[in-house]
Amino acid sequence: MSMPFYVSPEQVMKDRAEYARKNIARGRDLIAMCIDPGVLLIADNPSKTLSKISEIYDRIAFAAVGKYNEFQMLKVAGIRSADLKGYSYSREDVSARELGNAYAQTLGQVFTHEMKPYEVELLVCEVGATLEDDELYHIFYDGVVIDEQGFSAIGGQHEQVNAALEADFDPHATLADAIKLGARVLGGDAGPLAAEQLEVAFLDRSRTRRMFRRIRNGELDGLLGA
Amino acid sequence: MTDSPLPFFAPTLDPGPSFLDLLRRVQPEALPGAGLDLGLAGGMRAAGMRADGLRAGGAYDGLEIPHATTVVAVRFGAGVVMAGDRRATAGYSIAGRRMEKVQPADDYSGVAIAGSAGPAIDMIRLFQTQLEHYEKVQGAQLSLEGKANQLAQMVRANLPAAMQGFVVVPIFAGFDQRRGRGRVFTYDATGGRYEELDFATTGSGSIHARNWIKSGWRDDLDADAAVGLAIRSLFAAADEDVATGGPDLVRRIFPTVAVIDADGYRGLPDDDVETLSQALLGGPERGGDAS
Repeated sequence: MSMPFYVSPEQVMKDRAEYARKNIARGRDLIAMCIDPGVLLIADNPSKTLSKISEIYDRIAFAAVGKYNEFQMLKVAGIRSADLKGYSYSREDVSARELGNAYAQTLGQVFTHEMKPYEVELLVCEVGATLEDDELYHIFYDGVVIDEQGFSAIGGQHEQVNAALEADFDPHATLADAIKLGARVLGGDAGPLAAEQLEVAFLDRSRTRRMFRRIRNGELDGLLGA
Repeated sequence: MTDSPLPFFAPTLDPGPSFLDLLRRVQPEALPGAGLDLGLAGGMRAAGMRADGLRAGGAYDGLEIPHATTVVAVRFGAGVVMAGDRRATAGYSIAGRRMEKVQPADDYSGVAIAGSAGPAIDMIRLFQTQLEHYEKVQGAQLSLEGKANQLAQMVRANLPAAMQGFVVVPIFAGFDQRRGRGRVFTYDATGGRYEELDFATTGSGSIHARNWIKSGWRDDLDADAAVGLAIRSLFAAADEDVATGGPDLVRRIFPTVAVIDADGYRGLPDDDVETLSQALLGGPERGGDAS
């Protein structure tokens, strides 16, 4: 009878983490910023149809980097969970915290029990009544959750992007200024990204009920140019 | 899939973008009308009762369930107007004076209900969730015709309950963004879906409302004229039908009115409808001018 080689659990986890990290690091970056007018999500994504940012519920948005089919599946599961909860309880009872926990549990389970971890990193944001009430959860491939303050960048170059944001981020910025900052830090040394390179969405504090809207075409050009 | 608090499905069981199918898979007891076609209604039938509170013999007895009455939709050049009276009745009693029978289905369409109030309200809530769910999962809105067909499926699913007296007959209307005009759909209790050319009415006072609209409808109506026509038609229905609520000047209750056009769905504020209603009240019943 042949015996399988012994591999220590520590090594297994390390290998899985490295596998996930390596693949996530190949992806383009994405930023969430909590500013006075709402929560801005801005991604380096030239595709007009395959989006990385999505509406989950009235005040909640989802953004992800990594493997498209995997985060797409997580997005749909999140929408289903939120809509089921809102339908059987009330729209007010759906929260980003609960959704973030559900994602964290799911990713944690997959990381420890499956052959292959999910190669994704997620941001779940909720816009509140005021800037202080905004919530921003950063969820890693292994289920670790961080409650971020103010802004967060994920993706291959997240260290540089976060460092640039650290220097220039202003929570009291206007929407146009925040978008321009996002385009600049996502572009890095190559200069600010153009409108065609960006996917932009906004949880608009001034709206009622469904606060998520996409900013594109003419509106985006105007905000970037102004 | 390992244990997860999120709903995941095997590919063959995946409900796709349909919230209704999702609900069927994970929470069938939350479906509108669940149970209405079985124990309750069966027991009522055995006792010779009907859901509208009338015994077969005509004597008033039994379960009193609120019913919503008259709603109308009127198409005009750039869109469509929907309106409904505010009364709900249970048998010969008034069950509600401030019911909102016209509701937005999504940004570009609305639904108006007549029939058993409970199942109808459930149906609207499910329909709204269904449209929003589709939009979020697919990243695109359904076509107006797609939305109309979705509602037809829900009305059809209510058929067993309708057979027991819990009938729901909605009007669906909206602005078709691909064709650039307003469209109106009506339904029967079996889920039959009919597109109306110019206007539609349903509910107990519908015949009076329809006659009023029919005599006043023109091809070149603008939004204001269509709103006026819809409000007047409800007053005409209230004049002839006990179950339709007229303008309540004492409590200041006036019809629910919504306009849907290229800018989307917008419900008219109560104050505006009150002003319009007051202006229209000097109409033909008092020997005034119909316009």
